[in-house]
Amino acid sequence: MSDMKELISLMKELEDQVVVCMRCGMCQSVCPLFAETGRESDVARGKLALLDGLMKEMFENPNGVNERLNKCLLCGSCAANCPSGVHVLDIFIKARAVLAGYMGLPAAKRLILRGMLAHPEIFDRLAEWGAKFQNIFTKPVNEAVGTSCARIVSPLIGNRHFRPLAAVPFHQKIPYLNTSPGHSGIKAAFYVGCLMDKIFPHVAQAVIDVLTYHEIGIFMPEHQGCCGIPAISSGDTKTFESLVRHNLEKFEAESFDYLVTPCATCTSTIKKIWTLMVRDDGRGIKERVRKISEKTLDINQFLVKHVGVKPGVLKKDREVISIAYHDPCHLKKSLGLAAEPRALIQANPNYHLKEIPESDRCCGLGGSFNLYYYELSANIGTKKRDHIASSGCSTVATGCPACMIQLSDMLSKAGDRIAVRHPVEIYAESLKP
Amino acid sequence: MISQALLKEFKEKAGQENVFTEKADLVTYSYDAAVLEPVLPGVAIRPASGEALSQIVRLCNENKIPLTVRGAGTNLSGGTIPLRDGVVVLTNALTKILEINEADMYAVVQPGVVTAKLAAAVAAKGLFYPPDPGSQAVSTLGGNVAENAGGLRGLKYGVTRDYVMGIQFFDVNGEIVKTGSRTVKCATGYNLTGLLVGSEGTLGVFNEITLKLIPLPAHQKAMVAVFDNIDKASETVAAIIAHRIVPATLEFMDNFTIRAVEDYSHVGLPTDAAALLLIEVDGYPAQVEEDAEKVELLCRQKGATSIRVAEDAAERDSVWTARRSALSALAKLKPTVVLEDATVPRSRIPDMVRAMQDIAKEYNISIGTFGHAGDGNLHPTILTDRRDKAEWARVEAAIAAIFDKALSMGGTLSGEHGTGLAKSCFLEKETSAATIIYSRKIKTALDPNYILNPGKIIGR
Repeated sequence: MSDMKELISLMKELEDQVVVCMRCGMCQSVCPLFAETGRESDVARGKLALLDGLMKEMFENPNGVNERLNKCLLCGSCAANCPSGVHVLDIFIKARAVLAGYMGLPAAKRLILRGMLAHPEIFDRLAEWGAKFQNIFTKPVNEAVGTSCARIVSPLIGNRHFRPLAAVPFHQKIPYLNTSPGHSGIKAAFYVGCLMDKIFPHVAQAVIDVLTYHEIGIFMPEHQGCCGIPAISSGDTKTFESLVRHNLEKFEAESFDYLVTPCATCTSTIKKIWTLMVRDDGRGIKERVRKISEKTLDINQFLVKHVGVKPGVLKKDREVISIAYHDPCHLKKSLGLAAEPRALIQANPNYHLKEIPESDRCCGLGGSFNLYYYELSANIGTKKRDHIASSGCSTVATGCPACMIQLSDMLSKAGDRIAVRHPVEIYAESLKP
Repeated sequence: MISQALLKEFKEKAGQENVFTEKADLVTYSYDAAVLEPVLPGVAIRPASGEALSQIVRLCNENKIPLTVRGAGTNLSGGTIPLRDGVVVLTNALTKILEINEADMYAVVQPGVVTAKLAAAVAAKGLFYPPDPGSQAVSTLGGNVAENAGGLRGLKYGVTRDYVMGIQFFDVNGEIVKTGSRTVKCATGYNLTGLLVGSEGTLGVFNEITLKLIPLPAHQKAMVAVFDNIDKASETVAAIIAHRIVPATLEFMDNFTIRAVEDYSHVGLPTDAAALLLIEVDGYPAQVEEDAEKVELLCRQKGATSIRVAEDAAERDSVWTARRSALSALAKLKPTVVLEDATVPRSRIPDMVRAMQDIAKEYNISIGTFGHAGDGNLHPTILTDRRDKAEWARVEAAIAAIFDKALSMGGTLSGEHGTGLAKSCFLEKETSAATIIYSRKIKTALDPNYILNPGKIIGR
């Protein structure tokens, strides 16, 4: 470890943002983690006090602060409800980067982030192998939800019910697209996102179907990389920046009006985290990031606000399905998008949208939070599951593949027969004959 | 310092997982919402039962370790700032609503129940728990009772004190003391309930609280009156009271606050107005309509330039959203926010509002004033940056000036935030030397080792 003084001086760059917290404690009312544990170090006010303490040289080493800072879903519920407008997520992500730079990455994270995620082609290959061999270790458990579980005791899988890797990932099915716009006159770049590519290729297909239906030109470059959120939320600035550069190069090969993605987390990362965290390289990278993030839109928002959804016709030979909607944190709290995905669902008259209580409460996945704190993650997820189950719906939609994974796990484990889908799939269905 | 042997006993009584000794946990229990220096405790304990709570109190007394009970830690006078190396007892694992009795209209709760959760639970049964402090979404009832918390409805419905029927609490030895009863009337024993409400954790540790409930009002009507002159607004407040009308809420906002709220929430407030009154009357529909008409007439007579009556629930919500966002909106302007609550007899509101403007000018600081004008409880809110030493000195002088002004009008240092640490050195000014001595005698008799949140209210 390098000198504590150096860490403190780096942390002090956050001081002006940290002092904005007036310790009112209102974040306690919305933090899903605090609701489980009641521990002040789990809620934003406590974490901000710890960062303040670190700056004021109250700690001999940063271990305790680092551990507590990382025990967070990064759902942004606190920031969205903060009376003083503290930029909680910006502070936490920057602080994680400073601390990881100082303490180094844990070995497992290093292997995953630098060995796999940083190299999109290796990541694709590994996932393809995984898809082939996963059946040896896992078996289907709930076909309504589409989940699998471990065949044998596995420390990695535990008792999770997970959505298995798709037999054929989307990038194998359609590696590249570059089509001209029809009457819409709009050209959209399609950023697929890792989870959509590898676990939910049918959602990516639905995006293609919908864009094609609306005669939107599609640019989908090969070998897209991860948006970088797993790296930067672990403080791995190096991997994050290399992924941003990789994606910039891929997408700058063609001109387009918008960049769309069906993943709430990818949208939020490209729009907010790229601009926040990419450092100036003296060669104009900040400007390149600014340009692409300005064009980036969530697929629901793009279709509802920039294309105009076509109200479907009721298919009388099919039943009307009751559908619930869960607001992903990265759509509602980060980007303020709640009406758009609902509008997309409601465009399909064969679905009846039923609101669930606390529809914008975090599902509890939180990326690697789920790996480190599965029990807490599952407790938070179970509350979401209870709300969905109480609605009596047979389908739940949400605009984020990470939420889809968590909802699938929770519903499947409870034995519910409720399908988990993306709004764009529901809309795509109504466009088909 | 807390010995290892004592820590072991705490763990035996409260459970290993409920005793926190790591510095990174203790730092998070070193502050509350008051603008005061944090103080690091020696241990934080989160008992999950009344039995464990009683044992912790007993152990602290036997070992002469100071103990500070903490609910949500939203205190604005430093009442939950612990003592160095002392014990912090967290109540947020004691969150059971033990009983809601509809026939007798009371509720029995553990101290860690969140205020808004009780209010929602009783409202679902057509009952009403009126005290609504600004922090009600997180504040605990134990904290509300210990601080005698107020809220927007104080004018008509009173404050927490008016709803406490009885308390079961632990004395310093961890023995159960029972005060009050579940009956409307109770004339036995000393009024220990009265002594314990607002005692800020210095006389006992609450285990169960019995709270009075009332029927939910059938009808409400909210309105916003706009004034081009701040005196006209505050005189209207005095006039409404003088005409024997008691609105449920009668809130005031000065121009500084109006502009901050409008910049922040865009609810359509007139930013050129000198002051606003936000008024709600409630009760039976016919009476509500009559009161609303009278209030409207009074506003006009006193020179309101316009009055907007909320026609439906959505409009009513927007009125109270504007009021509730006042502190948030002001808080966004500067890093440090000092929220004062000096309170005057309600007829003196016009003088107090003028005094705030004079003080802001005299000390060259920003003060936004809003608050519960109807009950004389304004919230002069000072916006500053504590890191600016010169300005902070002026702020401290201004706070003393606000206190002097309130006392000179026959008011009090604190309407609802409590004495805590922040105001304990001013208490003698409001009362007398003998009052402090008398209070200290009570404290010494009940807590001879001075372990119950020492230093709060009456100093040491």
